[in-house]
Amino acid sequence: MKQSTIIWTALMVLGGGFLIIRASTVGMGQAYVRLVQVEPEGSTVSWTDRLGVDPKEQNDADVRLSWPRTIGIWVAALCTLSIFSFLYGDNPLYKLAEAVFVGSSAGYAMAVGFWDGMINILFRNLWPELMRTTFIPGIDETQDANLLFLVPLILGLMMLWRLAPVGGWISRWALAFFIGATAGLRLLAYFQSDFVAQIQNTIIPLAVFFGDGSIDFAQSLKNITIVFGIFVCTVYFFFSVEHKGIVGKVSRVGIWFLMITFGAGFGYTVMGRIALLSGRLEFLFDDWLWLIDPVGKRIGL
Amino acid sequence: MLAFFENLDRRWIFLLMFLVVAAAILTQVKFPEKPSPMVRNVFRTIEDLPDGSSVLLALDYDPASEGELQPMASAFTRQCAKKKHKLFYITLWAPGVPMIQRSIEILKSEFQEYRYGQDYVNLGYRTGGEGVIKLVTSDLKRLYANDVAGTNLDDIPLTRNLKNIQKMDLIVNVGAGSPGSKEWVQYAATPYNIQMVAGTTGVGAPPLYPYIPNQLAGILGAIKAASEYEQTLLERYPELNENEKAQEAKRRMGPQLVAHMLMIGLIILGNVIHFSQRRREISQ
Repeated sequence: MKQSTIIWTALMVLGGGFLIIRASTVGMGQAYVRLVQVEPEGSTVSWTDRLGVDPKEQNDADVRLSWPRTIGIWVAALCTLSIFSFLYGDNPLYKLAEAVFVGSSAGYAMAVGFWDGMINILFRNLWPELMRTTFIPGIDETQDANLLFLVPLILGLMMLWRLAPVGGWISRWALAFFIGATAGLRLLAYFQSDFVAQIQNTIIPLAVFFGDGSIDFAQSLKNITIVFGIFVCTVYFFFSVEHKGIVGKVSRVGIWFLMITFGAGFGYTVMGRIALLSGRLEFLFDDWLWLIDPVGKRIGL
Repeated sequence: MLAFFENLDRRWIFLLMFLVVAAAILTQVKFPEKPSPMVRNVFRTIEDLPDGSSVLLALDYDPASEGELQPMASAFTRQCAKKKHKLFYITLWAPGVPMIQRSIEILKSEFQEYRYGQDYVNLGYRTGGEGVIKLVTSDLKRLYANDVAGTNLDDIPLTRNLKNIQKMDLIVNVGAGSPGSKEWVQYAATPYNIQMVAGTTGVGAPPLYPYIPNQLAGILGAIKAASEYEQTLLERYPELNENEKAQEAKRRMGPQLVAHMLMIGLIILGNVIHFSQRRREISQ
């Protein structure tokens, strides 16, 4: 038998045994909800809301075990472990979790996109009466159809035309409009916020004084570093002059500034990744396995 | 010994990191935090607003960044609720709606005097990225005729007279990428001179620094800043000390410390191996 097969089998048996013992003795991975009756003022409609509560409140009369949320915790935990298993090597569990993730993400994005883009914006403006009687009862009764929205409808249909066997070029017109509009929108924003405003941000005093006339060395040094750093980095990206002599030396200092920036970015990235790892492990140990209880969700159980 | 490390399977490193982080979480080790000036700036920006100010909370992240950003969103929500600010939740990310819901659950459980429609409103998600920001800064109701539950904004007291977001006293963005903090600076904060603070992932923090202080009052970068922010919140509102849920980021700093120590050790070890290998090659 292959070494990896032995390791996987042992891990599965040990992990499964632990889960059975843990679930049958202490309990684990259960979610509870409180049933709350919602009756909006001035409305004849009412419904029951399910608010998540801590397991320590499970004996309250209006608290129930929530099977959908409990199954959700177990699926999330098993998917997390399956994704972690890739660190050992590619395997069918990882492939399964990856496929579930891709499929559910695509499905979610499609459903939300259709609801928000098509129903909530396009159809609401084109057929407000129909939408009020079907999907969005909150639409104002006085709202009329806005025929201007025929333009995005037609552009959308043109975009979909590329799926047709003939006339694929029609989609390019819609695409051209979209690219042109986006480019114009972004150009303006970048010019205002990243060009003009950034130049303004760089025009700062190199010597900063306190109210009593004494020099603020810390702030002055900070401002000098900012201006000097921008100057040397700009020289590094200035390719119209050959980088030799004094220009070469200045651009080399620019490289150092850039390297320090990348180093800070790398440090931030490491911190971010560890935060995500500890977030996932905390979920496994707290919500799923009930090994820790940092926020006192199960006190008294 | 060095020969052993030269050929070490990287999976041992993964296992070591897993064990170190897991041990820190299981022992629930916590360390004291000293808030940095940047974090204090962000805190003061919200704190100095008059009670009951209008704050737009744009939560542009998904579950993949939740571990890093949810503590910031929760801390912002708690501080705004303590100051009785009027909160307008919005997201440019489709998976951001459940993230908003987590913050709203804080209001429901810890600030029960907060009433939906009077003190806070959930505008939800609209597709369009920066186009959405562009529209809500000029005519919000052209895009948002109803809230996340389909209620007409004209029927909600908080949004009845809201024309656009230019009158907001502050924009608070918690963002994991694009569209996110950068787009809010470019399309809302800078052109309309709206005060803004941001909380971002570690990866997203460095590109935002050039916007400080004129275009952004301050940023919280990664879990460390979130932890310092929680500390500032605890110092200002000591009653939150009893609420362990308000110390989520502080809990995450224990694993951070041990993981960083391990990383530093591994970087030093890697360099020692590299230079000894090079010296051996030169001597041969």
